Amino acid sequence: MNVSHLGQASPPLRRLSELRGPAPQRSLDARALAALAANPGCRRRALLDAAGVDKTALAQQLGRPAPFGQSPFAIRRGLQFESRLKRDGYAVLLAPLRRRLGVPEDEALSLAVPDLLPSASPAVRAERTAAALAEAAADPAGWTLLDHPLLRLDVAGSPAYLEPDAVVVHAGRCTVVEIKSFPVLDGSADPANVGAAARQAAVYVLALQEAAARLAGRPLSAGPYAVQDLPGAPELTVLLVCPKDFSSLPVAVPVDVRRELAVTRRQLSRMTRIDQLLAALPGGVTFDLARDASGTPTRPAGELAAAVAAVPAAYAPECISTCELGFHCRSQARCAGAVEQLGRGVRGELGALRTVAEALAAAEQGGGGGPEPALEEGSGLDEAAERLVYAARLRAEALAAGGVR
Amino acid sequence: MSLLSTLARLEAVRAQRAQPLATVRHRHLSERPMVLVPLAAAGESGAPLAVLLGTDREAPRLHFVPQPLNRTQRWEFLAAVAREVVPYLESFGDEVELLEGSERDPVSGEKVPVVRELCADAPQLVVPNAGGVSHLALLGRSTRFRRTVEDPDPGEYPSPTEVPLLGRWLTHLTDRAQVPGSSLLLAMTGLLSRHWATGQSNLEDQHLAARLAWHLPPAGLEPPAVGAAAAEWVESARDGDGLLLHPPAGPATDPKFDERVLAPAILRHDAAVAVRERAEAARDGAEVRRAAGLVEQAHAELARVLLAATLPTWHDVWRGLDLLRALPAAGHLPDRWEGDRWSFTMHRDRVAAGEPPQPRRDDAVTAARKLAQREREQARLEIQEALDDPLAMAERRLAGEAFAGEVVDVVPEWSAGRSPKPRPLLVVRTDDRPHADPGREAHRAHAEPAQRAEVVSAAPGEVVVRLLSGMGRRKDPEPGSVPEPGTAVVFTLFELAPRQSAPLPEPADTPWTHGGPPVAVEDAPAGGDEWE
Ligand code: SF4
Repeated sequence: MNVSHLGQASPPLRRLSELRGPAPQRSLDARALAALAANPGCRRRALLDAAGVDKTALAQQLGRPAPFGQSPFAIRRGLQFESRLKRDGYAVLLAPLRRRLGVPEDEALSLAVPDLLPSASPAVRAERTAAALAEAAADPAGWTLLDHPLLRLDVAGSPAYLEPDAVVVHAGRCTVVEIKSFPVLDGSADPANVGAAARQAAVYVLALQEAAARLAGRPLSAGPYAVQDLPGAPELTVLLVCPKDFSSLPVAVPVDVRRELAVTRRQLSRMTRIDQLLAALPGGVTFDLARDASGTPTRPAGELAAAVAAVPAAYAPECISTCELGFHCRSQARCAGAVEQLGRGVRGELGALRTVAEALAAAEQGGGGGPEPALEEGSGLDEAAERLVYAARLRAEALAAGGVR
Repeated sequence: MSLLSTLARLEAVRAQRAQPLATVRHRHLSERPMVLVPLAAAGESGAPLAVLLGTDREAPRLHFVPQPLNRTQRWEFLAAVAREVVPYLESFGDEVELLEGSERDPVSGEKVPVVRELCADAPQLVVPNAGGVSHLALLGRSTRFRRTVEDPDPGEYPSPTEVPLLGRWLTHLTDRAQVPGSSLLLAMTGLLSRHWATGQSNLEDQHLAARLAWHLPPAGLEPPAVGAAAAEWVESARDGDGLLLHPPAGPATDPKFDERVLAPAILRHDAAVAVRERAEAARDGAEVRRAAGLVEQAHAELARVLLAATLPTWHDVWRGLDLLRALPAAGHLPDRWEGDRWSFTMHRDRVAAGEPPQPRRDDAVTAARKLAQREREQARLEIQEALDDPLAMAERRLAGEAFAGEVVDVVPEWSAGRSPKPRPLLVVRTDDRPHADPGREAHRAHAEPAQRAEVVSAAPGEVVVRLLSGMGRRKDPEPGSVPEPGTAVVFTLFELAPRQSAPLPEPADTPWTHGGPPVAVEDAPAGGDEWE
């Protein structure tokens, strides 16, 4: 799936395109959505994504490239799996949907697969998808499969495009379909994989809800669990299509994404609006890599790092597997001695102590003196620091008792 | 993560070196482990690519699938692995201890003496990480139902007979690995994490070489260094071709390696095989010989690149074992290892008795039993670790579940009644802050026999307990059973013997609503399952 941003030239959009420089606008992918879910509070990523900056190239130029990539074997198998699905006339998708909707098995079914203009520009594709969706929703008896439609979603006040694998429309309602390469083994799939897929699919469902609301000229309902009663509205159960056991046979698994939908909505609403992020940005900041005629970036890494540092980040070790800038932000967190480098939970444990040096200094404050100096009145230590002193004493004592020190 | 391990991580950041999280080794290590470094083929779940394995650090053996999509080659690979692993496992089945016990005769209901066998030692497999364990579990699942040439209905693709046997063993071992404290199958990252803290997060610690870089300088790093920079180097340093200088520990390979090295090598092998097949079809003897040479070359090239992709991890696992072996063994290891020996012995007996492979899905009773066992073992592990290791006890003290201190006063008292028993009061000076409400039961750690007490009062710096047992049967306590003033004591507010959970009904007695009696699970022919 892909996300990209509209190219209208309203002032914030103009500023966003300045941030990107002359490079082509990057669309976002499944990883961007995962990063959003993992770390909605990171303004740095939000802004870079909104500007459509190529974060992979940025990380490379900063000297700490992202470790992501896909094996050619995995890509090939994924393509094979998807083509097999199409070859069978999407039967594996339609059968469970028919069962859910109570359509008799033997009833003849003709499936419309409209042309969604896959090679057109994002704006045209999105419009084409919207039209095809409206048309399909108006025909309650027909079955329509939208193959790689392009959906629009507002992210932090800036429109983004998303591309699910497929959407099936029948009886005025649509169902999101995601094709995945992890197997359903003996009837169940790895919960971590299913969770990630559900979070991703929830974003598509949200985009479809917005589309249905737009189509009907009504605002999006406030309750995230409410099923929309509008033509073309999405089901809150999506279909994951996975290989069955160790075969390459596809199997469709319905997954209820209501919870993920609620979380996504909450996270999107919590994101700082892009115009505010732009307003907070010092003038002259740009992430332009200044590519020369041969396409080689010429922007000095130090300058680029300073530009990146102008946007506050919220680093956590999860970033390493979700965001292209993970290694760069980690090295910054390490240089700053930030306690977040040890894990997200550590911040909570250490309270107001924000750096490794501060935390160790607080821990050692208890050493040497009487039995419990930290407990004495007026020591000025907060609760977290006091516990740290206690922990440090227990640790030292235990190591000595164990003969380690 | 507890505050104590956070503290250790903070110290590791400052020292740029791993810091102890244990003062003893909490897992049994075999003298003759088998190390396996498995690699999976990308794109297909559980598809094997290669494994480097062996019991001799100096002589690892490589097995691989030249074309990972070729099912026949896959079975050949698995058969070759089985011929290494199964004899190793079975070699522990011969030497047994005979244990006498009694059993109730099912017919007469009388107790009859029985002699049971317990294998004197058990095998131990060590893989680099948790992913390695999952990969072995997938291999177990995909092979244990395979039909072989010996089956009455061997099906279209019968596999060599060793393959389903390997599958059953792998299923057993990966299942056992879920039991807390068990040691038949160990992941090196988990072992290291239990014993040392690094200055990075848990997530980064899953990378074996990166976490090892907090102990020892990684091979190839110049100048040698440890800590965050060394860890980052093994995670991300690449050569001019974009290949990682230190390959990942698997089972997933680096996508760049797949693209630049593995895929071309597989392609060359495929091409050579195709040439040979054409020559064979044309009955061109000279060309067949030339093509055979090409195949051999391509095969050797694949072996070379796959060895290069696994050998660094092989060495890392052994270096990890070195680190762990330098720690003194915890006191309760023989006790827990006996559980592993029983687990091994029982599976040996099931295989020998010709029982069918483990079902695809556990029935309700088996699942409940396994869950209960894991909970029980978790409780036992926590108790034993606390008793074996002052650092583990420190965790409990920090949590307010135990306190350590010095006896400053003993007040001899007795119970009321016709035959008074000793009920002395101990005044313990402690800097700990236990959740010791008056009346709460406490247990004296390391007391032999077990000694129970009751909290009488607790104030900052001082806890008063009354000893209730472990002092003999007479009016005056057995000498040495009551700690004298000046003695260091540790009391826990948790029991020191794990509770037995409520017994579960035997499978045959379980109502059908709860899944019993078990039904034999049919083996559906591969690919023949209905679409769901
Ligand atoms: S890696 Fe940096 S930019 Fe990316 S989400 Fe984390 S903190 Fe934000």
